[in-house]
This record gives sequence, structure tokens and C-alpha cells, in this order.
Amino acid sequence: MKSFDSAQGRPANAREFWRTLEEKQGANLDDLVGDEFASRLPEAFDAVERRSFLKLMGASIALAGMAGCTRQPPEQIVPYVRQPENVVPGRPLYYATAMTLGGRATGLLVESHEGRPTKIEGNPSHPASLGATDVFAQAALLDLYDPDRMRTLTNMGEIFPWSAFIGAMRTASTLQIASKGAGLRILTETVSSPTLAAQIEEVLARFPAATWHQWDPGSEMNEAAGLRMATGNDVSVHYNVERASAIVSLDADFLSCGPGHLRYARQFALRRRPEGGGCRLYAAESMPSTTGAKADHRLPLKPSQVELLARALAADIGVAGVNRGGPLTAGAQAWLTAVRNDLNAHRGSGIVVAGEAQPPVVHALAHAMNAALGNTGQTVLYTDSVEPHPVDHVQSIRELAAAMAGGQVDTLIIIGGNPVYTAPADLLFEEQMNKVRVRVHLSSHANETSAVSHWQIPEAHFLEAWSDARAFDGTVSIVQPLIAPLYGGRSAHEVLATLSDRPERTGYQIVREYWTKRVGAIGGFESFWRRTVHDGVMANTTLPTRAIAPAGAVAAFGAVPAAASGTEIAFKTDPTILDGRFNNNGWLQELPKPLTHLTWDNAVLVSPATMERLGGRARPDFTGGERGQIHGSVVEIRYRGRTVRGAMFPVAGHPDDVATLHLGYGRTRTGQVGAGRGFNAGALRTSDALAFGTGAQIVLTGDTFPLACVQYHHLMEGRDLVREVPRAELASLKKDQHELPSLWPSLTDEQEKAGGYKWGMSIDLNACNGCSACVIACQAENNIPVIGKEEVMRGREMHWLRVDTYHQGEIENPNTYFQPVPCMHCEAAPCEPVSPVGATVHSSEGLNDMVYNRCVGTRYCSNNCPYKVRRFNFLQYQDWETPSLAIGRNPDVTVRSRGVMEKCTYCVQRISAARIESEKEDRKIRDGEVKTACQSVCPAEAIVFGDLNDPNSRVSKLKAEQREYTLLHELNTKPRTTYLAAITERNPELE
Amino acid sequence: MTQIPRVPPPVIAPGHTFGSVTDKISAIVLTRKTSLGWWFGFGIAFALVNVLMVSIVYLLAVGTGIWGINIPVGWGFAIINFVWWIGIGHAGTLISAILLLFKQTWRTSINRFAEAMTLFAVASAAIFPILHTGRPWLAIYWLFPYPNTMDVWPQFRSPLIWDVFAVSTYATVSLLFWFVGLIPDLATLRDRSESKIGRVIYGALAMGWRGSAIHWHRYETAYLLLAGLATPLVVSVHTIVSFDFAVSVVPGWHATIFPPYFVAGAIYSGFAMVLTLAIPIRKIYGLQDFITERHLNNMAKILLVTGLIVAYGYMIEAFMAWYSANTYETYMMRNRMSGPYGAFYWALIVCNGLTPQLLWIKKIRENVLLLFIISLIVNVGMWLERFVIVVTSLHRDFLPSSWGRYAPTVWDWGLYVGTIGLFLSLLFLFLRFLPMISIFEMRTLVPDVPPDRSAGLQAGHGDAR
Repeated sequence: MKSFDSAQGRPANAREFWRTLEEKQGANLDDLVGDEFASRLPEAFDAVERRSFLKLMGASIALAGMAGCTRQPPEQIVPYVRQPENVVPGRPLYYATAMTLGGRATGLLVESHEGRPTKIEGNPSHPASLGATDVFAQAALLDLYDPDRMRTLTNMGEIFPWSAFIGAMRTASTLQIASKGAGLRILTETVSSPTLAAQIEEVLARFPAATWHQWDPGSEMNEAAGLRMATGNDVSVHYNVERASAIVSLDADFLSCGPGHLRYARQFALRRRPEGGGCRLYAAESMPSTTGAKADHRLPLKPSQVELLARALAADIGVAGVNRGGPLTAGAQAWLTAVRNDLNAHRGSGIVVAGEAQPPVVHALAHAMNAALGNTGQTVLYTDSVEPHPVDHVQSIRELAAAMAGGQVDTLIIIGGNPVYTAPADLLFEEQMNKVRVRVHLSSHANETSAVSHWQIPEAHFLEAWSDARAFDGTVSIVQPLIAPLYGGRSAHEVLATLSDRPERTGYQIVREYWTKRVGAIGGFESFWRRTVHDGVMANTTLPTRAIAPAGAVAAFGAVPAAASGTEIAFKTDPTILDGRFNNNGWLQELPKPLTHLTWDNAVLVSPATMERLGGRARPDFTGGERGQIHGSVVEIRYRGRTVRGAMFPVAGHPDDVATLHLGYGRTRTGQVGAGRGFNAGALRTSDALAFGTGAQIVLTGDTFPLACVQYHHLMEGRDLVREVPRAELASLKKDQHELPSLWPSLTDEQEKAGGYKWGMSIDLNACNGCSACVIACQAENNIPVIGKEEVMRGREMHWLRVDTYHQGEIENPNTYFQPVPCMHCEAAPCEPVSPVGATVHSSEGLNDMVYNRCVGTRYCSNNCPYKVRRFNFLQYQDWETPSLAIGRNPDVTVRSRGVMEKCTYCVQRISAARIESEKEDRKIRDGEVKTACQSVCPAEAIVFGDLNDPNSRVSKLKAEQREYTLLHELNTKPRTTYLAAITERNPELE
Repeated sequence: MTQIPRVPPPVIAPGHTFGSVTDKISAIVLTRKTSLGWWFGFGIAFALVNVLMVSIVYLLAVGTGIWGINIPVGWGFAIINFVWWIGIGHAGTLISAILLLFKQTWRTSINRFAEAMTLFAVASAAIFPILHTGRPWLAIYWLFPYPNTMDVWPQFRSPLIWDVFAVSTYATVSLLFWFVGLIPDLATLRDRSESKIGRVIYGALAMGWRGSAIHWHRYETAYLLLAGLATPLVVSVHTIVSFDFAVSVVPGWHATIFPPYFVAGAIYSGFAMVLTLAIPIRKIYGLQDFITERHLNNMAKILLVTGLIVAYGYMIEAFMAWYSANTYETYMMRNRMSGPYGAFYWALIVCNGLTPQLLWIKKIRENVLLLFIISLIVNVGMWLERFVIVVTSLHRDFLPSSWGRYAPTVWDWGLYVGTIGLFLSLLFLFLRFLPMISIFEMRTLVPDVPPDRSAGLQAGHGDAR
């Protein structure tokens, strides 16, 4: 602020002038000026001192600058022009990029408003996305703006510039030269980035004795090991669900997690459509998963029993040299017989898929079964390994821990991840790491590993840095930043470059250099680069499928499986915060976990029978009740000499005598969102039994702990809420009559006369697999606040769209149904006539609009909403203070204040944007031009939105299907959102 | 009826003259020393008013989230207490207006403070609908149809708007009715007051009343007109309050029986409150001569009748839930009886359905202490009724996925207890500064006044000395 020529700000060589005597005597002019004004300010302003006010103003101006377009990365980035013809790209702009989880990329299109990424969508041309994303990609946006991110590069708590780190690395590597890098270790997560792998190889070439370790708790370690066992090579596998008629999942949640799950979910949903040909799904699993919920026949098994089942199935199918092991239970045997017959009946169009929680031998058996059934090459496809450097992660981290313990490690460079927290407990990683002389950690957040590292380098978010990555099928995407690092973060490429002879290269240079070397010879690199970055996929990089015949006889098949008895515990990455990497993400913390609907905590998940046997209870509190607060008995789990305490929570369909524990909670060093949440299940996990183990003891402690659960009641109470219809009866199904006689004037007629739009939505319960991506997409698009555990426990969760889950049948193994419920936009909306100020009114296009400005908050509309989709700002939930959160909001959507009702708007801002475009071109809005946030994110295309006045629109056609029905149709609210009944394909053998 | 078959017990004890009535009632205000008991009672009540103030300030500062409400239970204590207070108010209007029109002379000794009770109950009630909104600073005027350049009007289809009109009309008419009725007595106080301040204040409030025949004539006309105006309000206000529920689609709210059932409930709770207040007051201020056993007996009978209507309402609710064969209605009733709030329902049945049956027995009607206890039980029962209607209907409605529960927080209780404090504080001030029994009307009951004059007020009579 040059205009303020205060005493302090004066250049040293200036002559001393003074304006007042006080100033000459040393008084600070600012103080005097401040006083002078302060005396005239009204009382209310006293709290904010004038100078701090100026500081705040300055800060907000600076932040406004941050929000401006000046923060775009200096390199040229290429906007993605949306594909549909005639659609002129205006603002906002979309850029293609990719996000990597477990070493596999998902292609994304990121919406950017004036240089600020505000919404993440899937990239339709990317094979792993097909336009959809999962919850993690949606929520990654909030991670970018997380105010708790590491902001400065520090060494032993002192702030240093990047150049100091470069210097330190030069010194460290110089010291390593003599020993050829024997003391240098690099620890990464799964690396599928060709550039990063090449960089590491380069470092390893320079220091041949150095070692590259990989540890990624979210990666598919058992799958890789199983493939190695089955084929003898490091290969990758993926499935062609589109051609599958029978799928058997052995503890595999392939619809909701793992590489390619978005694609599989899309293909499975297409296959299950009335015209799709059908695909029967069998699932044998322990913890109920969304895949199990979609299965026609689910078999609950202890995790250790899945191997027995797999062995028996393989033996039945005719895989050579399989030791069956012990006998199966009667129920499992019947299941097995039916599955075998079905698989045999669908040779070449079946899939047996094993889950990551299962040991390599189950994976190998699955591959052998697929080979025996002739599925290989048809529905099961093998390629060369997607990873440039596949390793056994457990072995790798074990070696590293041993080397550190032996004092062989001088310099440890950890690229991302949080091994101190995630490494198996028996490795005592933290203790061993303290023996390393130089410890470098690149991380987006200060975590447990940072705490024991010397150099703590803030990591650039993937929306802030250049990189590249491969998808599950090998397709390469360039990761393109949309915004310059908010907190001066660095990418893995830049950190690794410090070990090379050219340490100051930027990520952009490094990535471009790599690809120039690879394709530069072809010529026209610029156009290649531009196209690749623009499209989000690199042409011709999909790995070709290889004709690999899994070896028939595998030694492990003949081994006698270990007999398991006693209480088992199973470890799983958390459905919303994974291994803890999203621990500080409010959207994911507050997202109800599929099936349990828990938020903000993990729990000791057991079957209701086990809970009863242990004498535990889960009881709704009167505050919040079934939609908020459940008190679970706290138990102590004793397992292999280690103990943890956690609250017990019953899960219908969970096998008895097993406790499933989700990882990622109980963090000791995390941001303000994740602090103090849950318990650390990882403290029990040892490197020899990462997924499950036996011999656990569960003991009641007598305490209870409040869990924030947003749906505890899963019974339909005999109400017609979710419908299902067997595929065989589809043809004879009679369509529901929606409209009951009413004196209420019909809105529909007026609109049809007007010839305008008539917006409506169709939700296909057959397609929905409960993944909840729509919930987060809605939250991101509509600036929905995170309210925190305490408020969720009071029954005030704010999601505009929720995924209701209902069970039907016996509690040991119920049928499970998912039902996304947004606002129904009723034509005869019960909420409208009761609002005393008319704050909720009908638009001419049939939207039930919420007028925030007019709302005084009587909550009558919510009471009168039979679908209970309205959400109220009981307190000031929106964070108006944190500047980084402010710039991440969608500028097209009002940010609501306290005392105001809100609800799903059918993404009215998107309708308006499309209307503006169409009116500019003097045409109607095309079908598919408006996609609601929930629709565009859905991997299964369960949600379709459009104009009901257009008989050719997709939504009109879906609504014409026989299986369409209205939720609570007897109330005659005439909702614009209707449902399509689920289609079952039960095996008559098992009926 | 040409002959009076039997003489009912007197509504004023024998031996009173005009002078003794005036002395006795006005002395409470003018000459008797303010008792320690009054200070004690007022002190407690005023402490509760401070609780109210703190609760309101914190509510305005932070938001309705300090209460226990949530989705699905969007209404909680605020609405329960609003309906409860409004209901209590009804007895006052019924006593002063309807009984006046029906020439029930026994009403004379209780109508003044019953009306005061109405007013204070409405004041307590009116706090809730405004404060329960998310943005009271807007609700306080957006709910009124004021002309504005943007042509934005309230939603006239919403029962909450009807509520605004009903309650504000009710408050206005009740205030006018009460004040007009006070004028002759205020003049008496003015004339008898020994302090200058008293004379000035009572004089100002008496609006120049001199007791001339014209004054009396106008007074009687105005009073009768107001009684006529207030009469439909007895029925309409609680009918409209019941529409807040009945107009909705919520099972347990959407019932055609609600209007009569609510009105009966209101009168029921109102008379219970009158008894709760009258019994200790007549004892403390020695007014057994004016509020006689006959008054208590009559009120107990009304309590019994309205209690039967309310009990009929409960039965019909349960019957309709079964008879309709509607899944949601049936479940709602089952849930009321055996759900998490089942204890509240059965407590309500005991308090409101069974307890008043004791009033069939004459001995109990004549036992002042038992009557007092029964009136307290009915007050609790009527509060429970509103709790059951509001909470158990909302907490489990159509979609089981959205079922939840409700529990009040300390701030819910703070506001509720605070309004009780406000009500009692106003009552204490009223007892201290205004004649709690209508002096001039009591004088018409003194036996040496010819029967035709005691029977009604149309005749008009002179003297205000």
C-alpha cells in the first residue's frame, strides 16, 4: 500500500519529515489516524479495529486476485470444447484432466469459472469414466480448496524456499554417489504415470543401488499377485461386462470400487435394461456391498470361507488340481450348484471375479475358472501390466521397514501417501522411519508421516499440476492443471527432478519432455499435445489385449486351505474416505456410507445376531433418532496382542462372527474436519493378514458411543416404495395409472397448451447401485453445506438428494434396494399451498421453485412434504469466513443463509444456461442438453432428465416403459420425478 | 320456564352490600400492603421472564438450530406451546362473551381475571409463531399483507396466514373487551386512590368516566357489541389453529375432526387454567365470598363436558385410523400407542380422558383441593396432547427412510418456562394493580338489587360511587 506513507514504510535513506509533534516523538501515525476515525465510528464497529479491518480488506483483495484469472498456470492449457454439435463453448470452460486413485486414472472434465475449478465431471471419451465419476473424483474438488492443506515447505518446522530443498537434495545425492545410492530409498504409491516411472528409472540409473518401493493401501495388491500366480507374468485384467450373461463375484465389489468400476457399472446397467439381454449376478461376500445388493443371489460368507467356495466352484467347473478343502454349508452348496450350472450354461459369456480382500489364490482360481469356461478373451481380457513397474506392495514395504530398521537407509523420499498411518502395524513404520537420516515427505496435508519427516513439501493437487497417468486398460491421459498451486504445492515430478542433474525443471517441462521423446519423432508434436490435452485421452495408448491362457495347474490350488475358526475381523478401506486420504474432506465424511448410512465415523460392523450374542446394543437416541443418532455399544477388539476400541453397529446381511472394520479413521494428525473421528482399525492390521484374520476377541466395555447415522430404519413397513419385477414378467406388466381423480386444476394441461418445456426426471432403480456419487455431485454443484457430526446427529443432514436403502426378507441375508430420492417436483405439490409467504412456487415449466429470498423459515413446507426432501438451514451452516472455500463455490447457485429452506431445484441453473444458449440460436433446448448434476455423474445412467413435452426425449421414452411408477402415488401429488421398477433375474433353481 | 323450580346456591355470599363489595375488591389494589408472598411469587415469575429474554436473545443470535427440531420433525416445542397457550386463552373469552350473552350471572366474579388470563396467554402464545421461524426479522412483517411496490403478497392459501389474522384479531378484540370492561372500575379506583400517581394513572385509563347514564348506555352497547364480536372468535381461532394441521397431508394431522376437537380442547384447557388460577387466588385474597363453591362446581361441569368431547376426539382418531384402512393412518395410530413416544400418548389418555371422569362425582367437584389437582392434570394433559399431535405425527410419516425423532433442548425448555414466567408476571401485576373481580358487576349481584337488574346489563344503571 504505497499511498500509506507511514513511518515504518519509509525508505531508509529518506529524510526525516514529520507531520505532527506526536509523530516526531515516535508515535505511530497509523495509530493516530486510527484513533481519530475510531472516535467517530459507531459503537458497533469497535469490535473490529480499523487497522485489522484494513488488513482484512487487503487480504480479501488479495484473495479476489487469487480467484481471478491471473492464477491460471503460465503454460498453455487447452480448453475442452464440448462435443455436441452446434453448442458454442461459452463460459464456464471445461478442461480435460485425470485423477488417479490406486494407480489408475479416471478421465475428468473440470468446469472452470474465471479460472477457478468449480465442478468435476467425467470425461465421456475416457474409457474408465464414460462421462461418470465416483464420489472421490467429485469430492476431490473440496480437497483442492481445503484450508487445512499444507501451505509451506518446511524443514524441521522452519519455512524454507524451494531452492533450499533443491540444495539439500543435491547434498544428499552427492553423499550417495559413492555408495551408488545404497542409502537412497524412494517410496511411492502405485505409479502408473509413464513420466514419473521414467523419472524414477532415471534416478535408479544414476544410483543403481537405490531402491524404489511402492505401498498403496488402495491398490489391487491381491489381484496383481493372483494374476502373477495364474499367468506367471505381471499382467492386468479387465472385464467386458457388456457381453456378460452371468457374473459371479467372490467378495468383489466391482461395481463400486477398483479399477474400471465406473465402466463396469455402466455396462452392467445396460445389460440389465429390459432390452439389454440380461445378466444374472451372484455375489458371495462378507461385508454387504453395493455389488452384493445388486446381486440376484447373495451368499453371506465369512471372508475366510470364500476361498473354500472358490475351490469348490473351481473343482466343479473342472479346473485341474484343485483341493476342495472342507465341506460347505447346505445353503452354500445349493448356491454353488446353481452358480455352476449357470456358468456352464453361459460359457464364453460368464465372468468370475475375485475381490481385493481375497488372497491371491482366490484370484488365481477365478482366472482358472474363466479359462476353463472359455470366458478368457471374451468377457475377461488380459493386457500387459498397466503399471510400468509392478511390485508386490506388502513385500516392498516390508523390505523398506527392514532396511530402515537395519540402518541401511540414509535418505528416504516419500512421494505422497501416509505410510506411518497406513503401513501394517507389525512393521512399526514410524519407529523405523525415525532411524533414517534425511526424511522427505511430499504430501497435500500434514499427516502422521509428515510429523516424523524433516522436509515437508506441500503437494500440488491434481488440478494444480501437470502429470500423466494410465487408466485400467492402459489408456494414457495427460493430467492438466486448471489453477496454479494455491499454496505453492509441488508435484511428484518436480520433487523427483531434484535428484536429477536438472533439478529446476517444472512439471510441465518434465511431462512434455517425456512425451516429446516418445512421440516427437513422428513430428507435429504440438498438434499431438494439443489434441491429447484437449481430449483428455492419448490416442492409441490403450493396451492391446493379450491372449494369455492362465496356467491350468497352479501349485497353490492343491494346497490344503487353512481351517479358520473363531471370530474373524476383516479390514476394508472405507467406502467414503478410503485409506484415510480423504479423511479431511467434509463432503466425503458427511456422505452416508452405502448400506450402513453412517457418517463421520467408522464402526465395528457386525451382524445383528453377533451383536446380540455379544450383548451389544445399537439404540436410536431421542435427539435425531433413526435419522441422526445411534448409540452403539463400545467394544474392545483384541487381536494378535493389539487392541482397539470402537462402537458396534449392526448390518443386515453381514455374516455372523465377523467384524468388519473400515480403515482411514482414528487419525492422530489431520485437519480440523477429520480430527477425532472414529478409531484406527489399522492399528490391528498386520502385514501377513492385510484383509482379514481369525482369532479376534470382541469384548463389551459397557460404554456407548454416538454414531451419526442418517438412515437406521431399513424396512418398508409393507409400503409400496420400491418395486421390482422379474425379467420374465416384464412383457405382461401393466402400467401404473398415475393420476387419480382430483378437483385440483391440472397443471399439465395448461403447459401442454403453452407448448413450453415440461421438465421431468426418471430414476431407474434397476440401474442404481447405491454408489452415492449423485449425492456428492449434487452437493458440489449446489453449494450444499457440510454441517458436521453434531448437526447430523440432530437429524439435520443437508443433502438435497439421498439414496434410501431398504431391506426386505430375513435379516441374515435380505434383499437390498437403493432408491435415490431428490425433490419430486410434484405438479400438485403439498409444500406450495402451505408456505405462508409463498416462498415455494411452481414455475411454468413444472419446477417446484424455492425462493430463498422470500423464505422466512416456518418449515411447514417440509412438514407437509411426504417425501421429506426439503432441507432447512437450522443454523448458519455455510462457512462464510474461509476464503478458500468461497472461491470453490458454484457462482451460478445462491449460497443460502440460516433460517432458509432449500431443496433440489432440478439444477435450474443448468436449465437456464441451456435456455440462454438455445435462445441465442433461436431453437428449443435439445434433449440431453440439460443434464442435472446427479444425472451426469451417474455411472449407471440411472437418472435421466428432460422435457416431457417432447415425445422423443429419452426421459419421455423411459417414462413410457411399463415398469414406471410414482412414489406414494396414492397421495396424487403427481410428481415429475418417477421411478422405474428394478428388474430381477433370479435363478429358478434357487427360488 | 315460568316458575323457578329451585333456587341455585348463591353466586355471592350473603351479607354483602354495594359498599362492602367495592371495599373488599378495591382494597386489594389500593389499601392493602403488598404482601411478601406477592413479592416472592412475582420474583420467581420475573426470574423466569429473564430466562425468556436470554432464550430469545440467544435464539435470534444463533438460529432455530438451538432447539431440538430437525427434518422430519420441523415443528417442536414452539408450535406445541403456541397451541397450548392459545387454547388456554379460550376460556376467558368464553366466560366473558358467551356466558354474558347467555346471561349466566355466575360468570361475573371470574370473568375479569379469566379475560386477563386470556390476554396474557395470547401474549405468551404470540411469541412462538414469530420466533419459531428461521428469519423472524422478516416473518414479523412479511406475513402481513402490506401493500408494496413489488406486488408481493402473502400466500393466502396457507393456514399460517389465516393464523396471523385469527390470532391478531383475537388479541385485539380480547384486549378491547377487557379494557372496556375495566373502565367503570378504573374510575372507581381513580376516585378511591389515595396517592397522586394512582389518581393520575387510573384517571387517564378511566378515560373520563363519570358514570352518567349516557356513559352507561354507551358502555353497555360497546360491551355487548364486543361480546358479539368475541363470540365467534371462541370458535374460529382454534378452528384455524387446527387448520395448521388439518390442511396438511401428514397422517395424524389430516383429519376433519380437528376443528371441533381443537375448540373443545381449547375450552377444556382454558377452564382447567381458570381453576388452577382461581382456586389459590380466592384462598389467598380471601375472595371465597365472590368466587363461591358454585363457581367451582360450574367450571368443573364444563371441564367434564369438554373433556368428554376431547375424549371422543381421541376415540374417533383411533377409529378412523382403523376404519380408513389407510396404511399410513393405521401405522401412525399404532406408532402413537406403541412407538417411541407411546408413554406420552397413554399419559395423555390418563390425564385428559380418564381424570376428568372423576368430576361425575359431586363430592369431588366440591372438594377444592382435588379440583385444583385435577385442573393441573388437565393442563399437563392438554400440553401432552399437542406434543403427541405435533411430534408423533411428524416423526414417522410416509417414507420410513426419513423417520427420525425429536427431543427438546435446554433452549426449548427455556423459552417454554420463560413464557410461563411472562404469563405469571403479568398475572401478578394484574392482581396488584387492577381489580381482579369486576366491582360494578359484582354489585349487581348483591341481593337487594332488584332481580331484573341483576339478570342482565341491558337495563343500564347509574351509580359508580
